[in-house]
Amino acid sequence: MKVALFIPCYIDQFYPQVAFATLQLLEKIGCEVHYPMNQTCCGQPMANAGYASLTNGCNKNFIQNFSGFDYIVSPSGSCVVHIKEHLYAEQKGKEAAFIRNNIYELTEFLTDIAKVENLGAHFPHKVGLHISCHGQRMLGLSSMSERVGPDFSKAERLLNEVKELQLVKTARVDECCGFGGTFCVTEEAVSVRMGQDRIREHERNDVEYITGGDVSCLMHLEGILKRKKSEIKVVHIAEILNAQ
Amino acid sequence: MNQNVTEHSKAAAQFLKDENRAAWHDETLWFVRAKRDKAAQQLPEWESLREMASAIKAHTLAHLDEYLLIFEAKAKANGVPIHWAADAEEHNRIVYSILEKHKVKNVVKSKSMLTEECGLNHYLENQGVSVVDTDLGEFIVQLRKEQPSHIVLPAIHLKKEDVSNTFHEYLQTEKNNYDPAYLTKSARKVLREKFLTADAAITGVNFALAETGGIVVCTNEGNADLGVHAAQLHIACMGIEKLIPRAEHLGVFLRLLARSATGQPISTYSSHFHRPIKGQEVHIVLVDNGRTQQLGREDFRNSLKCIRCGACFNTCPVYRRSGGHSYHNSVAGPIGSILAPNLDMRKNADLPFASTLCGSCTNVCPVKINIHEQLWTWRQILMKEGYGGFVKKSSMKAMAVVLSNPRIYKFIGKVSRRLMQRLPGLVNNKLNPWYKNREMPQPPKQSFNEWYEKNKK
Repeated sequence: MKVALFIPCYIDQFYPQVAFATLQLLEKIGCEVHYPMNQTCCGQPMANAGYASLTNGCNKNFIQNFSGFDYIVSPSGSCVVHIKEHLYAEQKGKEAAFIRNNIYELTEFLTDIAKVENLGAHFPHKVGLHISCHGQRMLGLSSMSERVGPDFSKAERLLNEVKELQLVKTARVDECCGFGGTFCVTEEAVSVRMGQDRIREHERNDVEYITGGDVSCLMHLEGILKRKKSEIKVVHIAEILNAQ
Repeated sequence: MNQNVTEHSKAAAQFLKDENRAAWHDETLWFVRAKRDKAAQQLPEWESLREMASAIKAHTLAHLDEYLLIFEAKAKANGVPIHWAADAEEHNRIVYSILEKHKVKNVVKSKSMLTEECGLNHYLENQGVSVVDTDLGEFIVQLRKEQPSHIVLPAIHLKKEDVSNTFHEYLQTEKNNYDPAYLTKSARKVLREKFLTADAAITGVNFALAETGGIVVCTNEGNADLGVHAAQLHIACMGIEKLIPRAEHLGVFLRLLARSATGQPISTYSSHFHRPIKGQEVHIVLVDNGRTQQLGREDFRNSLKCIRCGACFNTCPVYRRSGGHSYHNSVAGPIGSILAPNLDMRKNADLPFASTLCGSCTNVCPVKINIHEQLWTWRQILMKEGYGGFVKKSSMKAMAVVLSNPRIYKFIGKVSRRLMQRLPGLVNNKLNPWYKNREMPQPPKQSFNEWYEKNKK
């Protein structure tokens, strides 16, 4: 299985440990992992700010880097959604379509494609799960509290297999953290308040770590946690699943 | 239209200054959302009901011209004249001309977001007609000369202490008596008098049935019925999108509406009006006011399916933390943010950005409007039309250059991380909105790309 590793720009620059963990996990389960060296960004920052018209360069670069693999896997639900919904190119229509249909968020790939049961991970901590909206509602990684139907969660299923990990849920299971791309600075007050409210719930549960499938949410929550000098740390789900 | 509105982000920041009040607002609305969840969960067929409601509305909108004419013919046959209003101004003029003909001086009005949209109260008051909003929440905000902050819970931004102070000031109730029962009774006493002395009743419309020419008005307080039955003249005002084809479709919508709005299985009163009772006149005003324009915008057509349940307000984490008035539009919240730019792009260019695009609105919506996708699409249109401003556009252009060129991206990434490490003050300062209440991420020595190049390639 030829898998291309897509590491979103802010993970590359600020959270390389998440990329290591993802790479090691994919290798551990037997994938032939390629990391295209000239990858940059999916284009979402511009598109969500209303400038999808400026993402042609990103699209072109993405297609150049990620064509010719069986799957593309990324430790970010949000960036994957952007590619799935908005990767188009006039010249390379076929390649773009292939990428849109074969790009996966990490937990989705582990669950649905690699069909992993247990990764042998060990993480002896009390952990709160932050469900990221884009992965949940747009990729269908877990059920939503608004909808009527069976409960499921790909992340939870994987975390439940981790030895000695104690998973604690928040009362509002899937409220947004308030990151929202450029929203985090253009609507600074609401964004921060949303993050603070999420954190209060995890504090009430007395967790040591908050984990999730999107570093963007975690980066926002981490910024607030550090400002209040909290002892709670953030950790991406790939790091937990890769922990021994 | 007033162009000097405060941007959503600024109004929201102001709203959040009172931390306890903001927490109370969030929790109160979350309580309603949770109640809605419980009510929805009790119907295993919930998702197929949503699907059906959405399909009925899609069909109706696709044949709106035909259904409107059928409705008009049926209503006329029932003895109810139909008036067509192209915009808010014409709507107000029509309502006033009917009132004038009947020499009406006192009007009671049950909840109607359309008349809010058209600014009817203000218009009628300028013509010397007194209008009293009889929905309790609307009555409260009317006394305070405010706009409703929520389409179903108009006074949800107010606490009982605020209501007590307002009633003390305007209705001379006991000072500092915060007992909700006392306050409600006091309002009831005043409103009873208004009901009995009004010359005309104005109501909104929740559903209009093309098949029968009848209209249905849903209230929990029975105030629409009280007004209509006590007055000689009933004027019902509705947007043209309120139509549904047949009476049998009503069951689908009534089941969804009350559950989505408040978690009730059904509104306390679902009142059907078909023809005038003896000695009474009933008029219906059909209002366009931008709706046909929205119908013509393919990406936004679905927004006209809205049944004004307010579920997207209650679920929206941004609305709950910014309050309805921060949306500076008669309909606030996520649905308001996709309706408002249709009416005035310049004034409402900020609203599609007042969202994290979390998608909860789309999934809570009983008629399956793809709200968060429409917010995204409005953003594209508004920026294309130039409402983003020069600074935003230039910085986005620069960002696009950096992020689409691997070499520039790697170089800028490396330099920025070094600068952040050596001169943290460059980013950790007042000019950086992120830093105001959050720490910046700690930049690592090596990016993943740099590590990979050295170790793996």
